[in-house]
Amino acid sequence: MNELINHLAIAPILLPLATAALMVALGERRRNIKATIAVISTLVTIIFAVTLLNFANSQPPGSAESISVYLLANWPAPFGIVLVVDRLSALMLTLAGVVTFAGLLFSIARWHRVGLHFHALLQFLLAGLNGAFLTGDLFNLFVFFEVLLAASYGLVLHGSGTPRVKAGLHYIAVNLVASTLFLIGASLIYGAAGTLNMADIAARVPGLGDSERMLLEAGAAILGVAFLVKAGMWPLCFWLPGAYAAAVPPVAAVFSIMTKVGVYVILRLWPMVFGIEAGESAYFGGSWLLAGGLVTVAFGAIGLLAAQDLPRLASFNLLVSSGTLLAAIAVGSVGVTGGALFYLVSSTLAVCAFFLLIDLIERGRIPGADVLAVTVEALGDEEEDEKDGADPVGIAIPATMAILGIGFAACALLLAGLPPLTGFVAKFLMMNALFPTDAGAAGTTIGPLSWTLLAMLLLSGFAVLIAMMRAGIRVFWVPLESTVPTVRFLEVVPIVALLLISATLTVQAGPVSRYMHATAESLHAPEAYVRGVLSTKRVKPQGQATEPAPAKPDGNGAAPDKGAQP
Amino acid sequence: MEIILALSIGALTSSGVWLILRSRTYQVLIGLSLLSYAVNLFIFSMGRLRTAAPPILKDGLPETLANHTDPVPQALVLTAIVITFAMTALFLVVLLAARGLARNDHVDGREF
Repeated sequence: MNELINHLAIAPILLPLATAALMVALGERRRNIKATIAVISTLVTIIFAVTLLNFANSQPPGSAESISVYLLANWPAPFGIVLVVDRLSALMLTLAGVVTFAGLLFSIARWHRVGLHFHALLQFLLAGLNGAFLTGDLFNLFVFFEVLLAASYGLVLHGSGTPRVKAGLHYIAVNLVASTLFLIGASLIYGAAGTLNMADIAARVPGLGDSERMLLEAGAAILGVAFLVKAGMWPLCFWLPGAYAAAVPPVAAVFSIMTKVGVYVILRLWPMVFGIEAGESAYFGGSWLLAGGLVTVAFGAIGLLAAQDLPRLASFNLLVSSGTLLAAIAVGSVGVTGGALFYLVSSTLAVCAFFLLIDLIERGRIPGADVLAVTVEALGDEEEDEKDGADPVGIAIPATMAILGIGFAACALLLAGLPPLTGFVAKFLMMNALFPTDAGAAGTTIGPLSWTLLAMLLLSGFAVLIAMMRAGIRVFWVPLESTVPTVRFLEVVPIVALLLISATLTVQAGPVSRYMHATAESLHAPEAYVRGVLSTKRVKPQGQATEPAPAKPDGNGAAPDKGAQP
Repeated sequence: MEIILALSIGALTSSGVWLILRSRTYQVLIGLSLLSYAVNLFIFSMGRLRTAAPPILKDGLPETLANHTDPVPQALVLTAIVITFAMTALFLVVLLAARGLARNDHVDGREF
């Protein structure tokens, strides 16, 4: 069984990659076939991810079995590239699969027709995301970042038009600069620690000399800037609202996981490399992360209150959730991180649903959704689509406005963190961890940090609530003679499904929060991860037995300058 | 050798940053390219500078870094070159599209 799980680790990367390659070969005309293949491939990827999630959940936290290491090409750990499945990566895999699937289903109703290669790009994006979540190697992380970014450049431009190309140009330029920073940071870390394997870096940090420590910290800081650009921390976030608001709705919805990739890497690397074992480097950069997170929340909240259109409102919601996550991670306590993980899942699903919902709502407000019709016509392959019916998929649903209204209200509750949905549970978990029940007794005091974070959580929730209520009133109650948008069944399904997942997570809050807590525990006690990765044995080619892993490199692979002195 | 390398990385980086901050899309593109050259040199230098040392194991030489140059940064540079080259090409395409749509080459698509 373990053997099978081991090989399953690479499946979430290979399957979308192979599907995307197949789709490029299929050509642009067979869009329905491609949509079917994409749905099947994404569903199977989700099944893989859920299997890995169940596997990770069945293992006791903190044990060496709780992580499953896949040695690519059977090279032993610090030398080859490893894929690592643990609770965090399994969780992120599942989330990425669900979000991509929602965007995919939504796009099939109409949006996949406004540009070329939509399905292939979406599968490449999924492959890149899954790879970034699975890899245990810093440079391999860069490669998967580039895979997912390259796909995202294409997706931002999907549908073309001046605003998209303009926003896409900014998006690409910013991300290319971030990629160069990533390279500088990764190479500095290699120069200091002599390894690119994340677990190996963590193992070597405590023993570094002063000059190497300085190099490593500089590298980590530059690397952090690259990830924070992706996560959208202020002042590195000005590209985000423009790009997300300009992208077509299903793409923007899928992109709600993209900012979380930056958050994921920080969550993975920061407690591991700069945890309590790091000696002098412990909690390096923590105060920056905290301050940046708080300012991002403030910036996002102001942006929310100032936003004039719904896509921008959703983008600023993303910034608020990024800032909240960064500040919560920076606290560096297991309880708060556990709550933050719950919040990550909840806010990603909510923003994804919200981006999709906005498209349906706006359709009723902008007469006739004519812009889209023009784009489709300009692309010139309308004929084929008309042959199989201009509205090929599904039927118009009744009580449209009621469903949209309920969906909007649910999104508002989720994003503002009001009961009864997951947004509230997540925020409550974080607050509960900030104020432990035994505080006050036995000389423990509640510091200003806890109060600041409490204020941040409550005030940002309040700002979200005001902004969402104002938008809701303007959209649903003010117009007297608005046209009811024609909404197809297939477009409502993903939104309802995302909200139902949120509702299920609320009902199952007990087991889910236990999972999140165990994830946070293993993140803050990375010995099991480090040991697990470095002690993984190679598989013998015949497959009968395993040979012992070679001893740790004895100076050969150590910091290169040691051996390089002539 | 160290000084020459450091100076060239510095010159490339500063020119690249200067160009990225300019307002014409083509200048931004050239800036990104210069920056990527600087980064490639920088990655290379992280394996420490050596002359006349092979990156692969050679018979008769002990297998330590005292006798060989570090091969890993060279492999990294190769990957980085390929990726940045592809991304620059992609940026060029978007640049041309933006140029065609906005009828000027300002990064914001309009002159002030």
